[in-house]
Amino acid sequence: MFNQNEFRNAKYAKVLSNEICRLNDGRQTRIVHVCGTHEHTISHSGIRSLLPREIDLVAGPGCPVCVSAAEDIDMAIELVRKGHIIVSFGDMIRVPSTSSSLGKERVRGGDIRVVYGPNEAIEVARKNPDKEIVFVGVGFETTAPAMAVELLKGPPENFSILTSLKLVPPAMEILMNQDGFSVDGFITPGHVSVIIGTNAYGSIAEKYKVPCVAAGFEPLDVLESIRMILLQIEEGRAESENEYTRVVRPEGNLAAQKVLEDTFRIDAAPWRGLGVIAHSGYFPRAELAAHDAREKFEFPPLDSVDILPGCICHKVVIGIADPMECPLFGKRCVPENPYGPCMVGYEGTCRIRHESKFD
Amino acid sequence: MCLAVPGLVESIEDDYADVDFGGVRKKVCVTLLPGLEVGEYVIVHTGYAIERMKPEEAKKTLALWDEMAEMAAKMEK
Repeated sequence: MFNQNEFRNAKYAKVLSNEICRLNDGRQTRIVHVCGTHEHTISHSGIRSLLPREIDLVAGPGCPVCVSAAEDIDMAIELVRKGHIIVSFGDMIRVPSTSSSLGKERVRGGDIRVVYGPNEAIEVARKNPDKEIVFVGVGFETTAPAMAVELLKGPPENFSILTSLKLVPPAMEILMNQDGFSVDGFITPGHVSVIIGTNAYGSIAEKYKVPCVAAGFEPLDVLESIRMILLQIEEGRAESENEYTRVVRPEGNLAAQKVLEDTFRIDAAPWRGLGVIAHSGYFPRAELAAHDAREKFEFPPLDSVDILPGCICHKVVIGIADPMECPLFGKRCVPENPYGPCMVGYEGTCRIRHESKFD
Repeated sequence: MCLAVPGLVESIEDDYADVDFGGVRKKVCVTLLPGLEVGEYVIVHTGYAIERMKPEEAKKTLALWDEMAEMAAKMEK
């Protein structure tokens, strides 16, 4: 069995850390990643402690439940209150929306179930033919193909999906134009890149003159991607490169891209804290309307509030504020009782910071 | 959320494969990997194999770091 333990070997970590220090040469460098799983690796492996002080390694909007609009959750809450069964991934259940969360609705008697994958949601629909089953489909390009596979197979009539699916490159472009945001290099998300390929970031690298490197999720993958970014900076290049060569291809997974194209249209989508971003969300195509919860059910006007008073998640999510700057952090807002979305899942920047031993 | 883990394909039947995750076996949907064969490694996300994993590419990365480690050792001498 192949194992990736060598990608945690301290011998290489020392070499990479020294090389990063040499290449950076005392410059102020700001590196942004856009993946919650990267932040998890970085915080829990103490990657920041291996970098020179001048390198600022910042978490961008890479946690799907953190950027899911309150409106999407409020819609799901409406449906569960009508007696329908809501199915989703575990993290989504705990995300606070305007005045409740799916978890709180479950305590009040709502039928809300957690699954590992979309095929399990289909199973729930088959076993409950007299009920409507709505799958709250949250995720990025990595997760969307799994949902597309199930929608194309022809799910049962009582199954529909409430998509909260987002695309990463449009969010990176929005970041570039945010006040107060600056970046010298992007670590691009490894498993999003599996689907879309490293070629997908080429235009961002070129247009904004910013190196982009797709990285894997072992500690040394992250260090190597930082080294590759610094090498690009030193050589005056700004390209989309691939560190995660054992998995990611430049063109991505073409079969998955075809499945996505057959299932979803790309349209403007609301991001929590970032507002509506053009061409940044997947929604079921018109021919799949029978399985699109937004088409199947009527919703009252929802006055959804993305960011509750006092919360700074909208700034944390784009890396312009640190969780420690939030007066609620660790007090009113804790993993057991999150007030803001970034304190919920293992990919949320606040939750990770709260639990990390290193930072 | 974008967590995905590598495993070894042990058998394939239609759209599903039995995948060994270092001792834990699970049925995985392989629709997204046409032409997949037994003995290949895959990366699995929410129960769906999303890409093949190539051990030979991992070896190339490790060889590069070995080279860097050797050079660093020489410099120290």
